Amino acid sequence: MSAVMIIRKPTRKWEKLPGKNTFCCDGRVMMARQKGVFYLTLFLIVGTCSLFFAFECPYLAVHLSPAIPVFAVLLFIFVMAMLLRTSFSDPGVLPRALPEEANFIEMEIEAANGNVLAGQRPPPRIKNVQINNQIVKLKYCYTCKIFRPPRASHCSICDNCVDRFDHHCPWVGNCVGKRNYRYFYLFTLSLSLLTIYIFAFNIVHVVLREYRSKKMFHVVSLTPHCTVLEVLVCFFTIWSVVGLTGFHTYLISLNQTTNEDIKGSWSGKNRVQNPYSHKNIIKNCCEVLCSPTFPSVLDRRGVMLEDSSSPTHSDASAASTHKSSNPVSQTTKSSAPLIPNEHTPDEAKPGIGAGTQKSTSSPKGEKPPSPTSPNAVAPAVIKESTH
Amino acid sequence: MYLVSAFHNLQELRHSASLANKVFIQRDYTDGTVCKFQTKFPSELDSRIERTLFEDTVKTLNNYYAEAEKIGGQSYLEGCLACLTVYLIFLCIETRYEKVLKKISRYIQEQNEKVYAPRGLLITDPIERGMRVIEISVYEDRGSSGSSSGSSTTSSSGR
Repeated sequence: MSAVMIIRKPTRKWEKLPGKNTFCCDGRVMMARQKGVFYLTLFLIVGTCSLFFAFECPYLAVHLSPAIPVFAVLLFIFVMAMLLRTSFSDPGVLPRALPEEANFIEMEIEAANGNVLAGQRPPPRIKNVQINNQIVKLKYCYTCKIFRPPRASHCSICDNCVDRFDHHCPWVGNCVGKRNYRYFYLFTLSLSLLTIYIFAFNIVHVVLREYRSKKMFHVVSLTPHCTVLEVLVCFFTIWSVVGLTGFHTYLISLNQTTNEDIKGSWSGKNRVQNPYSHKNIIKNCCEVLCSPTFPSVLDRRGVMLEDSSSPTHSDASAASTHKSSNPVSQTTKSSAPLIPNEHTPDEAKPGIGAGTQKSTSSPKGEKPPSPTSPNAVAPAVIKESTH
Repeated sequence: MYLVSAFHNLQELRHSASLANKVFIQRDYTDGTVCKFQTKFPSELDSRIERTLFEDTVKTLNNYYAEAEKIGGQSYLEGCLACLTVYLIFLCIETRYEKVLKKISRYIQEQNEKVYAPRGLLITDPIERGMRVIEISVYEDRGSSGSSSGSSTTSSSGR
């Protein structure tokens, strides 16, 4: 008898990750699902710059200085690099809790809540932590089954908890969080510079042409049309991008995130102050922009074993290059390290007495649903799905 | 393979023991968002390991993470250099954080072999759990009677 060996491509972990991200290049690239606006951003930047290089630069290089297009090229490369880095990298997604961890947390909550009388609303799942003499509330995420670390938030578009969540930016097609905030900021900053640069040199170009040839507007050529188009695009871009850069510079100097700013977490009401701020603008800027690059904790390129529930890690992952020290979990009930995707917390049961959450879309036959009223969820919980 | 009461290496541990329980050491956020784990000794490990050994392990791990996240001259230099090279330099060199993570995984490996496996315990590197918890798996000798498999309900002590 001869054995036929079928060589199959190994399943990488990114293929089984929950959440609404799309992955490319075998897990190296990670983006949100809706990418339309990102393509628009690319088109606007590349299109405007191409027009500038094609029509204005030859004239300016000859009549003014060849350094002008050279600097424009460098700036363009920097802008594109920052954009792609922001869009393609992991923003700081927190992986969902594995079943054992989720159960452990549930038992802790149960113990902390004590006995809840039947029919009474169970208390909201909040942990209080003192950070720099400020009480910070850590909320429980029903989707990811974890208590969110401080400054983390759940992005409903990507369906992930993101560390130091800033906002979900459709223009870059990704969340902006701990790992890619500095690239996002550098992108907006360099884009502002690039837009102002192109705008300025378009004006210079028009002025120069007018001085050198009095019949400019009578000459039929494509150049004035492109200039007008570029000026229009740059004009509208400047207002939005420069404004955004200014806003983020303000946030960085205070060490706040957009999410915290919108929610007014540290607005000063009730003597609440930002516990993460060093009260020094330079120190805050240094912390946000010059802190060490944080590695991704989401192992995307690790190889999943076909037959076991606990995947081993391949060396391709940047963060985990050690040999697998995963305990052999013979007793894990679920078949994959996935938590089934849940709807918003409105439908989630508080979980007192029930070991696992029941997902309304894919009910598990093992445990019966705990008979609680659908409205038995504290108001604090409902806010989790918004960001 | 028959087991004597002590587990001598990780291989023996995995083949001859059954997983009884898992203990999760949570993060300590009192210093902010830096990565730091609580050194509070969990009661489930009371009979398995000495308190000082456990605290030493967690404190060493905390020191490693503090070293990785330290904002100082080296991190500025790294950041500026990376920015100037449009972050392409990270294709060639490792970031400081990644270097420290490798040190951490070696340390955990060593601790598992020398301290924890002989006591029937196994530490999972926090990076595999999203840097949220230190997972300590408690193994029971298959030969011993009354060993419970599956996540047994622990007495609610927790915090």
